[in-house]
Amino acid sequence: MPEACVTGEQKVESEQKVESDPTLPTTADDRGAGTLANAAEPLVAIRNLSKYYVRGGQVIPVLSDIDLDVYAGDYFALMGPSGSGKSTLLNLIAGIDKPSGGEIRIAGVDIARLSETDLAAWRAANVGFIFQFYNLMPVLSAFDNVELPLLLTNLSRRERRERVAMALDLVGLTDRSDHYPNELSGGQQQRVAIARALITDPTIIVADEPTGDLDRVTAEEILGLIDRLNVEIGKTIIMVTHDPKAAEKAHRLIHLEKGVLTE
Amino acid sequence: MFVVLLVARNAFRHKLRTVLTVVGIVVAITAFGVLRTIVDAWYAGANASSSARLVTRSSVSLVFPLPLTYAQKIRQVPGVESVSWANWFGGVYQAERNFFPQFAIDASSYLDMYPELILSDAERKAFLLDRKGAIVGRKLADLYGFKVGDQIPLRGTIYSGIWTFNLRGIYDGVDKGTDTSTMYFHFDLLNETIKKLYPRRGDQAGIMLVRLRDPGQAAAVSAAIDATFKNSLAETLTETEKAFQLSFVAMTEAILLAIQAVSFVVIVIIMAVMANTMAMTARERSAEYATLKALGFSGAFVAMLIFAESIGIALVGGSIGIAATFPIAHAFAEQMGSLFPIFFVSDETVVMQAAAAILVGAVAAAFPAWRTARVRIVDGLRAVA
Repeated sequence: MPEACVTGEQKVESEQKVESDPTLPTTADDRGAGTLANAAEPLVAIRNLSKYYVRGGQVIPVLSDIDLDVYAGDYFALMGPSGSGKSTLLNLIAGIDKPSGGEIRIAGVDIARLSETDLAAWRAANVGFIFQFYNLMPVLSAFDNVELPLLLTNLSRRERRERVAMALDLVGLTDRSDHYPNELSGGQQQRVAIARALITDPTIIVADEPTGDLDRVTAEEILGLIDRLNVEIGKTIIMVTHDPKAAEKAHRLIHLEKGVLTE
Repeated sequence: MFVVLLVARNAFRHKLRTVLTVVGIVVAITAFGVLRTIVDAWYAGANASSSARLVTRSSVSLVFPLPLTYAQKIRQVPGVESVSWANWFGGVYQAERNFFPQFAIDASSYLDMYPELILSDAERKAFLLDRKGAIVGRKLADLYGFKVGDQIPLRGTIYSGIWTFNLRGIYDGVDKGTDTSTMYFHFDLLNETIKKLYPRRGDQAGIMLVRLRDPGQAAAVSAAIDATFKNSLAETLTETEKAFQLSFVAMTEAILLAIQAVSFVVIVIIMAVMANTMAMTARERSAEYATLKALGFSGAFVAMLIFAESIGIALVGGSIGIAATFPIAHAFAEQMGSLFPIFFVSDETVVMQAAAAILVGAVAAAFPAWRTARVRIVDGLRAVA
């Protein structure tokens, strides 16, 4: 295990800097509409998180001693230069990668300790994904793509179809439900992806550079939609971005540099 | 249903690639089926043999005949129910290429011993009453357009001269495994003519045929018959009819082994081609499979998608290949004339073709499916096709 890259003093200082920023909410009341009433305990609690790779006998640290709390209803952005470890941190929170050390508790479940099978089931129920390149199934229509996560539930076909219709309506794509991804624009594809991310009513929605492949105007639309998910529906959003304009939309902003949280 | 939809659409995402793969499988499965049918045809005589019949011949060589008097002695061996005899004639009908087997038989006893040759009572009677009469099988009659009442001239090669026979009946086989490409005529006609021309060659038969009371006593009765003629001028070798037929197959065993080997090599080749196709396909869809796993689908599920697609494509090709085997086998048999008297695509061959298709699909998908199931989600999402 590599040495911690952040000393205890620096960690306290960075936490203090995060907490003392007057533009950032510090109490439940300050977090704006959509926040759950009982937010004393963080929804996502990360302690001493680290991640490293071994390549040719050499240990390459990616994340070092990360402590982080995300509360229910937060709209949280992770920024940092390329290679800072922000996507790695997001992947660990989303449960699609395993940490080398530390603890990730989401709604009380330490996902770092779950088996692969249990982790898959946990993801299906608790995580909605929004990828930079949408990652839709090209051979399925918009409707079928949104329905995909519901195949892992016990809902009847009728119930699934009703939910999908509602989700597509929410993102404004009811009239495109039978179109295939190659018949949709980038922005429309991302809307379908957002509908898919919402469909199982997940605990958290993770977005990895959601506007990275979009033009400015479309990016604004998508960011507006994501904001609505947080403000109107109360979804907890954790977003990775290197776009300052995207980060502006978030309610909390954290910087990551060389695997370490900084202000 | 959703999964079937996903698999089917993925299978035809790259239409040209899938069509070419299917064509390759069709060719391989058809070739496999036709080659196996050729091998089956070679063994057809042995397979159609009865376990209740023995063949007694000269222990030195089939070329040397046995005295006709042996028939009476064989009848007296315990376990023997009846005896008949036959001689290979080897005549030529019009041209050398028009080959078909001809036997001179002791008609009454022979027809009793071979109930699988189905002849109407009227035709049987007509044949038995006409010393120059002959019967031919349905396949032979259809091949040369023979009709009852026709005269069939044969140029003798072993027994010189032109021999003309009156066609008195056309027999059918009890099932499709019965040879209906043979001509039979009366041994007495052959024997009388031989005695006039070559007296020392008369009253001799090429083989004796023995029907057993109990097929389970084949070994014992065979030994008893051979013991009867031990130390005589014409010692005998008695074996089951199946063993007798297989002795002819054994002469060309190397060819049969080569044909069987080729039939399996063809399957291995298409397996390799399909494995390459599925490996490319799985690699191209790394991000999609990783997304499915991210959404909560298991590694086993994505592996199942790959297996289903591969086996589905293989079954489409296999089904078309199986269907194509029948007309191709039929055309082959027509070209071969009477060389393969029994030639049909057996149920066993069809089952083997289907199994080969499934095996091709499963083996081709095995490594890509295993790899895709195991690859980390983050690596799959990062992959560039």
